[in-house]
Amino acid sequence: MRSKGQIEHDETDVADPRELEFQALIDSDQRIEPRDWMPDGYRKSLIRQIAQHAHSEIVGMQPEGNWITRAPSLRRKAILMAKVQDEAGHGLYLYCAAETLGVDRSELIDLLDQGRQKYSSIFNYPTLTWADVGAIGWLVDGAAITNQIPLCRCSFGPYARAMVRVCKEESFHQRQGFESLYALSHGTTEQHAMAQDAVNRWWWPSVEMLGPPDTESTHSAQSMAWGIKRFSNDELRQRFIDMVAPQAVVLGLTPPDPELRWNEERGHYDFGKPDFEELRRVVGGDGPCNRQRAAHHLKAQEDGAWVRAAAAAYATKHPAASAAA
Amino acid sequence: MTLGVAGAAAVYTLRAADDCLVLSHRLAQWSSWAPTLEDDIALTNIALDLLGQARGLYARTAELDATGRSEDDYAFLRDEREFVNCLLVEQENGDFATTTVRQLLCSTFQLALWQSLTTSTDEQLAAIAAKAVTETTYHRDHATDWTLRLGDGTAESHERMEAALATLWPYTAELFESDAVSQEASILGVGPDPESLHPEWHGYVTRVLGDATLVVPQSTWKPSGGRQGLHTEPFGYMLAEMQHLHRSFPGVTW
Repeated sequence: MRSKGQIEHDETDVADPRELEFQALIDSDQRIEPRDWMPDGYRKSLIRQIAQHAHSEIVGMQPEGNWITRAPSLRRKAILMAKVQDEAGHGLYLYCAAETLGVDRSELIDLLDQGRQKYSSIFNYPTLTWADVGAIGWLVDGAAITNQIPLCRCSFGPYARAMVRVCKEESFHQRQGFESLYALSHGTTEQHAMAQDAVNRWWWPSVEMLGPPDTESTHSAQSMAWGIKRFSNDELRQRFIDMVAPQAVVLGLTPPDPELRWNEERGHYDFGKPDFEELRRVVGGDGPCNRQRAAHHLKAQEDGAWVRAAAAAYATKHPAASAAA
Repeated sequence: MTLGVAGAAAVYTLRAADDCLVLSHRLAQWSSWAPTLEDDIALTNIALDLLGQARGLYARTAELDATGRSEDDYAFLRDEREFVNCLLVEQENGDFATTTVRQLLCSTFQLALWQSLTTSTDEQLAAIAAKAVTETTYHRDHATDWTLRLGDGTAESHERMEAALATLWPYTAELFESDAVSQEASILGVGPDPESLHPEWHGYVTRVLGDATLVVPQSTWKPSGGRQGLHTEPFGYMLAEMQHLHRSFPGVTW
């Protein structure tokens, strides 16, 4: 029987003893560490995925950060600032995890700015009202957790360990988003309407952010064989719906899906078909904010270039001080 | 002007609170714009510390002025003329050099203030100060490190730091102004008259600037008025943005 990691590999690969050892580790659910031998495809696939994940955290700071200066109470402002700061922290761990695979953070950031690496499609939607901050916490972080909890058991050690901490913080963010939306939904009529409008706009993009349907997913089969991905996009989507559908009832908000209902026989919620054409369009660069998000990130990088150059020059002049800092 | 507060201790505390809130807001504007990811995190961290300090101080002000106002009433329902922060904290972020210089000048002042407030006769202020000393020591260290790197980095960074110093230095005179409120607070043992903090502030700042190969600018212009609610034009825009949503839904819970 062929080992599950050997799909797409020819007989020469199968004969490589290092490959056999690598696959044996994965098949016995052990972790691959940075110094272990690994196939080039595995390394490249992980760099792509971890970088895309890191970029998502960084670009994701923009839509939520958009409300920091307008948060309606000091308590909400502190929560939002801490949350956006956590996203930056996640980006940092993830870039570090990618660096263990032999790439440099600055290379990855350049690839993002050149449009050669992507970030999650969800951050190409605008945050138009305060309720969007709560909806992102509840739905977007909810979908992210659904995707990321299985990654805590990912075969690559540094990524799996980073995910443990990221998931803890994301779970906290999801509860904060839920609590913020709950306050709005149970507030005045205007606040309730603001919350419902946000859910109307964020529901489907969140359902779609779990990726294209299994029949069209390009990276899934190999990633599953390598123990990077544990569940298919459609399985994760069902988990997400099963988690948030009952939460919507508690919130007193109605998801914009007339087909959403509990199916006793399946033991799951049924739901309508997501607009995957829209997902393709947004991933392809034609979402409402793709250009704005890219321009923002690039401008921040360019504006900071002289600062990074000065830090490098200072480090050269004062190696002892820089080592101590 | 109508502060709606009674007593020097309340006004004295409110001044410190407004300094923290306004500086926090300015720093928070850097989110997703900082030159490195580490500094994005650091600037937000400092902003969060300052916001926490402001909230503690507003809570104490509400007890001292006996108006029963909430922290949000102070932050969102006062107009420009009622804010009593110094002009330095409201200065716009500019480039990273401007923010760095502003932070060095402010954090050095605030650290000296907090250190002195740890022995305040007002036990709550002393408790807030004890926590703030630790936080503000880090803020000053962060600003100091960047002042050294940028002052003694490249020709461009040095020029930008000189320009930032020229812009901001005149606003430092106001930090140390003594008036009836600060004198009374000092006599009551609530907190130091800011005038008394100047030697320590000046010693530290000039040493760091010297190490950073920067020269302390000379200025005869000493803008003032923040403590009396006379602010700069950009401050109104800052408040308009900050207060808009809160004021659009009066009396609701968030």
